[in-house]
Amino acid sequence: MIEQKVVTPEYLFFEAERKKQLMTGSEAVREAIRKANVDMAISYPITPQSESMHLVGDIFAEGYVKEYFRGENEFAVMSSVAGAAMAGVRVFTATGGPGTMRAFEVFPTWAGARLPIVCAFMTRGVNSPLTIQPDTIEMAYLLETGMLMLHAETAQDLHDMILKAFIVAEKTDVHVPVGVFADGFFVTHTKETLEIPEPNIKLPSYNPYSSPVPPMDMENVPVRQMRDPFVMKSNFISYAAHASWQQEVDAAAERSRKYLETYLGGLLETENEDADVLLVTSGTAVCQSREAMAIARAQGLSVGLVKLKSIRPFPTEEIRALATRARAIIVPEFNRVGWLAKEIKSVIDEPRKVVGAPRVYGGMTMPPEIILDEIRRVTR
Amino acid sequence: MSEKISIRMSGLGGQGAVTAAHILGAAAYRDSLQVTVNPFFGAEKRLAPAESYVRISREPIFERGEVLYPNIIMIFHPHVITMGKCYTMPFFDGLQEGGTILINSATPLPLTKEDRHNLTERKAKIYYVPATEVAMQVSGTELSTNIAMLGGLYGIRPLTSMKALEESMVERFGGGKFVASATTAALDDAVKEKFGKVSQMIEKNMEVIRKAGESLTEHSLS
Repeated sequence: MIEQKVVTPEYLFFEAERKKQLMTGSEAVREAIRKANVDMAISYPITPQSESMHLVGDIFAEGYVKEYFRGENEFAVMSSVAGAAMAGVRVFTATGGPGTMRAFEVFPTWAGARLPIVCAFMTRGVNSPLTIQPDTIEMAYLLETGMLMLHAETAQDLHDMILKAFIVAEKTDVHVPVGVFADGFFVTHTKETLEIPEPNIKLPSYNPYSSPVPPMDMENVPVRQMRDPFVMKSNFISYAAHASWQQEVDAAAERSRKYLETYLGGLLETENEDADVLLVTSGTAVCQSREAMAIARAQGLSVGLVKLKSIRPFPTEEIRALATRARAIIVPEFNRVGWLAKEIKSVIDEPRKVVGAPRVYGGMTMPPEIILDEIRRVTR
Repeated sequence: MSEKISIRMSGLGGQGAVTAAHILGAAAYRDSLQVTVNPFFGAEKRLAPAESYVRISREPIFERGEVLYPNIIMIFHPHVITMGKCYTMPFFDGLQEGGTILINSATPLPLTKEDRHNLTERKAKIYYVPATEVAMQVSGTELSTNIAMLGGLYGIRPLTSMKALEESMVERFGGGKFVASATTAALDDAVKEKFGKVSQMIEKNMEVIRKAGESLTEHSLS
């Protein structure tokens, strides 16, 4: 293994000197994992994710990751990382689009077993017709799996969020998986400027005793409930277990808010939040909205921006407060179903303020001009 | 450079449109400009449409994805126009007024009357460069076509210093650091095999760039 100095998470995130570099989102994943003190990484290729885990393989060869292999398929990979996490090591993997769908059964299992797995999702459209290009539809399906969901706008976010995800996931009162989402191609394959700490430092290793459930204990939950499910004995016991356990998983996710406040500087961030019209979105729809906002403001329109960094937990109270002041809330999204617009409508007092547009899907680019069209429509 | 320059490079898989964009972007970064580079392609296979986009500015760049309103369009192969092998049809769609089109062809392509009309209306400037011929002639391989296209571009408008361009080529082809898919890596090996040393390859590439710049012709639309 390569010698690296162990530093506190706070030092790595906020104090370590950062150097400017031009790199792709996939390379940003490599640089994050280089400093994440990961014990085990398991890969399975799917565009646009393949490059990320390939690069993690490269740094395994260099001695930055203790164990790395390629699984048989996404279901096997997600099951293997579950086993590794249960055994008490820090694990990382990544997938996207159809790969996410193939592995799906395992995601709620992670949360139910309180496994602090970090998985990067490089979002891609889901068939049919076939596409390999960006679309955030898979996030709609993952909303209620119990995992925390962070959405990166840029490669810089992706790098920082992956590192922070491990630390939040491993807090005893949280201890659930974290999905870090980045839009395929728009982040993974785009070269941009990042500021990142040198790779001679790394996070402290995972402490398996931080787990709120006994690791690999055959007689206690969570392993007990897998090897010897309650439902095989008594429906009554099973119902009772679910009633408490499902609520506890939700509560664990809720308890992550304070850590996300500390490490991400809030579940959302705003620019011109007192504006009449707010663009509220996440991922690379934020980049496109920044351009649209700049053009609109240059034309004298009162437009602000709300970037959601955390989707689970959802910044409910923050959005409710912002929505009270705004006249209209425009939600640009890279998917057909408008899951984010639905989420926002469900938490604010006047859902009619929400404009669920523009929606771009199947891999197409979202020109800032179509966001401007919506701004003009509501300010007319 | 006061405004943002947005470039769309349309080519066929294997021609190096993605690599050309990376080299140009890295050169702009070396000259302390703001830059984003992003490739777009379907399944990676040779001769399938492949595009890449470069945005260069002195101000921060947020927008990403396809360049829908380019200042410069670089066409790496006539088939992009004649067989519609591009993500944007017609090939010049979205070209900003006074924009530039650079086409890899020794002779002017037979543009339709409609194309001609629309391009004239946009006050477009069309340049031709025999990029593949220059690549064959100077470095003995058509795999340098992308470098010749950059030569044509710099002949029209040098977007960075030549020093930065050369350094970014050294970075791209010189070290083991570059991340490429298996197909791109195979093409890299093929082109490197042509030359004994990387320094030789860079020297040839710089010559390709000079020669392509000299072989540039502006074509009148009228």
